[in-house]
Amino acid sequence: MSPAELKAFQGRGELRAQPPPTVSRRRTLRGTLFANELLTTFRRWRTLALLSVLAAVPILVGIAIKIETSDGGGVGQGRGGEGPAFISQVTNNGLFLVFTALAATLPFFLPMAIGVIAGDAIAGEANAGTLRYLLVAPAGRTRLLLTKYATVMTFCVVATLVVAISALAVGALLFPLGDLTTISGTRITFAEGLGRAFLIALVVAASLTGVAALGLFVSTLTGSGIAAMATTVGLLITVQILDQIPQLHALQPYFFSHYWLSFADLMREPVYWDDLQKNLGLQALYAAVFGSAAWARFTTKDITA
Amino acid sequence: MAPYESDDSTLAAEADDLRAGRRKAARYVVPVAVVGVAAATIGLVPALADSGDPDLPKISAQELIEKIAASDVQQLSGTVKITTDLGLPDFGGLGDAFTGGGSRSGGDGSSADPSTKLTELATGTHTLRVASDGPDKQKVSVLEDAAEYSLIHNGKDVWGYDSKSNEVFHGTADESAKHDEEAPATPKDFADEALKAVDDTTSVTVDGTAQVAGRDAYRLVIKPKDDGSTIGQITVAVDARTGLPLKFTLTPSSGGTAVVDAGFTQVSFAKPAASTFDFTPPKGAKVTEEDSDSTAAPRDKRGPEGLSGLDGLDGLNVIGDGWDSIASFDTGGQGIPSGSEVGGDFGGFLDSLGDKASGKFGEGTVFKTRLINALITDDGKVYVGAVTKDALVKAADAAQ
Repeated sequence: MSPAELKAFQGRGELRAQPPPTVSRRRTLRGTLFANELLTTFRRWRTLALLSVLAAVPILVGIAIKIETSDGGGVGQGRGGEGPAFISQVTNNGLFLVFTALAATLPFFLPMAIGVIAGDAIAGEANAGTLRYLLVAPAGRTRLLLTKYATVMTFCVVATLVVAISALAVGALLFPLGDLTTISGTRITFAEGLGRAFLIALVVAASLTGVAALGLFVSTLTGSGIAAMATTVGLLITVQILDQIPQLHALQPYFFSHYWLSFADLMREPVYWDDLQKNLGLQALYAAVFGSAAWARFTTKDITA
Repeated sequence: MAPYESDDSTLAAEADDLRAGRRKAARYVVPVAVVGVAAATIGLVPALADSGDPDLPKISAQELIEKIAASDVQQLSGTVKITTDLGLPDFGGLGDAFTGGGSRSGGDGSSADPSTKLTELATGTHTLRVASDGPDKQKVSVLEDAAEYSLIHNGKDVWGYDSKSNEVFHGTADESAKHDEEAPATPKDFADEALKAVDDTTSVTVDGTAQVAGRDAYRLVIKPKDDGSTIGQITVAVDARTGLPLKFTLTPSSGGTAVVDAGFTQVSFAKPAASTFDFTPPKGAKVTEEDSDSTAAPRDKRGPEGLSGLDGLDGLNVIGDGWDSIASFDTGGQGIPSGSEVGGDFGGFLDSLGDKASGKFGEGTVFKTRLINALITDDGKVYVGAVTKDALVKAADAAQ
């Protein structure tokens, strides 16, 4: 045995001799495992880059609208109102930029960011060789998986709020604010509009639970973080394309992205709940199916890295 | 792996493997079960929710028609789903083709113009919201993807608001237009039109009961007795308490899916909030004022009974009566130009619909939809009706 190894053994012995920590291990873990995960995720450059890209989208949209309408004309007028939802109202009320930005990022930017974070959740740890160290903690695989899912969901909320807040800031800077007209033609106060914007942000975040669960499941299948991210984002794009093919209309109500834009129904007066309920139900179903599949896979798989 | 392998006996390890394998398989049962439960729920819940037809006291067809006539629902709000399948290509593009040459080039480019919008209702499935509070306040909204088109009648003002383009149409409701703005496309409108056509060539029966939008309703079946009609039967579900038609279904005699299916999916007879009917154009919205001669436009294009718009034409003749009545008039022109003469999309569209016909009257083209057929002879006479092609040819022959 080399002297170095001997030293290592001694070191371990010293640690063992120390008095046990005063806080019970269970409680510490409950507090720290999730907090640690959050910290690790949100301290990554990758995460920060994703969030800054998301924050940049409303800025770009806002500036583009400002430049286009600087001659006094409206957006999309005379063109039958093309472009993302709500875009024609942005010049009159900056709050609409929140809805436009969410409508513009929801089909691709937001789920792509979620796909990257979710795909990386388990596979990234396996790839970096840190997964077995995580499992050394007496938290159990189920709890680790739940923690990972909670982290991804937190990222969904944070990412959506980043878009919404950035859009609100840009909208307030570039355009007037005030009472707004719902898409049903009735008027609501700015405070109520702000409340609806917040509700819409929550619905958008909830719309991403399906992708998050799917990404987490893919992440348990492979040991390569890149492969998991690419698969998740690839699936996302495939589903988005399939959702556009009219011949598949019988299947489309079961695609996770099918009811995404139903968040706009919150801007109707009275709110039209049918599609919103379908969307949330579908997301819950995806979360249940792929969440339990991820659990089945992760709790039985051999952890080799 | 090797350094971490324990030195358990191989026998125990094998038993472990077997148990682990079984446990592994057992866990995958969970997601499969979730899928199964979801599929069963999706499949079974509608069937279970369909609690069978309600028990209602017997009523005669005559009494039921009187009930509809006496129905005086002033306040309601609800959601109407309307599916129209005339067997035409998508009207979205067709509307453009028509308005492209017609009203749009006439300088009326507002997408909030009711005539433009209501034409779109003639095909496909649409969800509408209707609200009504007395004769002076009505609102109809067509729900679109992340947008809505609302037609609001409040007192003397009629507003059309297209949220997608943020454009506003404003008109005034004079005495004649008032009728116009009464919630078009509701089941009641359709039922009224159908009942107008009821005469001795029609059989009207009450065919049991049904549940519509959570309310008990009688099913009134209106059936033309004539063979020549393309209308198979019309079913109107009438609310047992208020006498309000809740659902209207028109099936063609050729079978298949309903040509028009308009029904409430949700209805409430409570007074809608007053703010529902308030409308002020949003800041920056483009407002188009109604010009006096465009008032007639929305009426003409409404629903399958839009034929009444032909009343304005000179030399209009109605041949026959009841369901197989045929409207005929002389355009005085050369008949229909062939597709190649018109050219473009519209020409191709004409050719695709047209069907050559000949008889004693000479040559002509029959344009067929699942409900209304039209024969345009080469000498410029037009015969239109909800009748079969043979009936049209017969009428044309008789007119010679």
